[in-house]
Amino acid sequence: MTVGIVVFPGSNCDRDVAWALEGCLDIPVRFLWHEERDLSGLDAVVLPGGFSYGDYLRCGAIARFAPVLEEVRTFAERGGPVLGICNGFQVLTEMGLLPGALTRNRDLHFLCQSSELEVQPGRCRWLGGYGAGERISLPIAHGEGRYQVEPEELQRLEDQGSVVLRYVANPNGSRGDVAGLSDATGRVLGLMPHPERACDPITGGLDGRRLLASLLG
Amino acid sequence: MPLFNARVQVSLRPSVLDPAGEATRAAAARLGVEGVKRLRIGKAIELDLEAPDRATAQARLELLSDRLLANPVIEDWSLDLVEAG
Repeated sequence: MTVGIVVFPGSNCDRDVAWALEGCLDIPVRFLWHEERDLSGLDAVVLPGGFSYGDYLRCGAIARFAPVLEEVRTFAERGGPVLGICNGFQVLTEMGLLPGALTRNRDLHFLCQSSELEVQPGRCRWLGGYGAGERISLPIAHGEGRYQVEPEELQRLEDQGSVVLRYVANPNGSRGDVAGLSDATGRVLGLMPHPERACDPITGGLDGRRLLASLLG
Repeated sequence: MPLFNARVQVSLRPSVLDPAGEATRAAAARLGVEGVKRLRIGKAIELDLEAPDRATAQARLELLSDRLLANPVIEDWSLDLVEAG
């Protein structure tokens, strides 16, 4: 079991993810520089938070053209589990692996706080460790996390069980209170909250552990 | 090869909230400018492009606008193209 962690210029949660996986859960990791094309031997890929390529143009817009993401797309199409956290979620929507877009928070503030979430794991393989309707607390830290999607598309996502994480008290104006979204297969998960920051007792809260530990099966 | 000047205007789709635009509208009122009923912030991208002819330039810019400069999920775009004199 080895997990690849993509590192773009401007990623800043890559080492946190590595600590959560390797330091807290004993899951070996390998960093994947944005120009890397070799994903052999990896069992999952994480796109971490940060400001990839400075988030110029739009969050995740430039990252989408990174060589490593061509391989991540192929990896996902072959059934590999992919997790996008915060900026990683933004990148997944820009790539079209998840629908919708993340836009400027409703009240313009950069939000750095705990957020209570309701989990509806459905078929999402990353959330198998949580009960349906379970409430957990994870940190959020973003300025552009307001999930935007047209109402018909949101209904379609609800119907297929893709809305797997919802804010209990919507902090940013996300449509449908969406905090995290799974693809139809349940193997790709994008979320604005940071599970990797809730894995080590020293930083407070352990609700993110089961998400990353899901890789251990 | 002919050179074309282009300007791509990217604007938020009407259904997308624009909190930065609203904040700017509030600042307009504080400046004392009255009557601003709507203010939406977009982007203008200016570029120069070499292409064998106008149709090719147009096609390249449409691809660029649709796939990179704008995200069609949240944004509309329009294109002005002139051949440089």
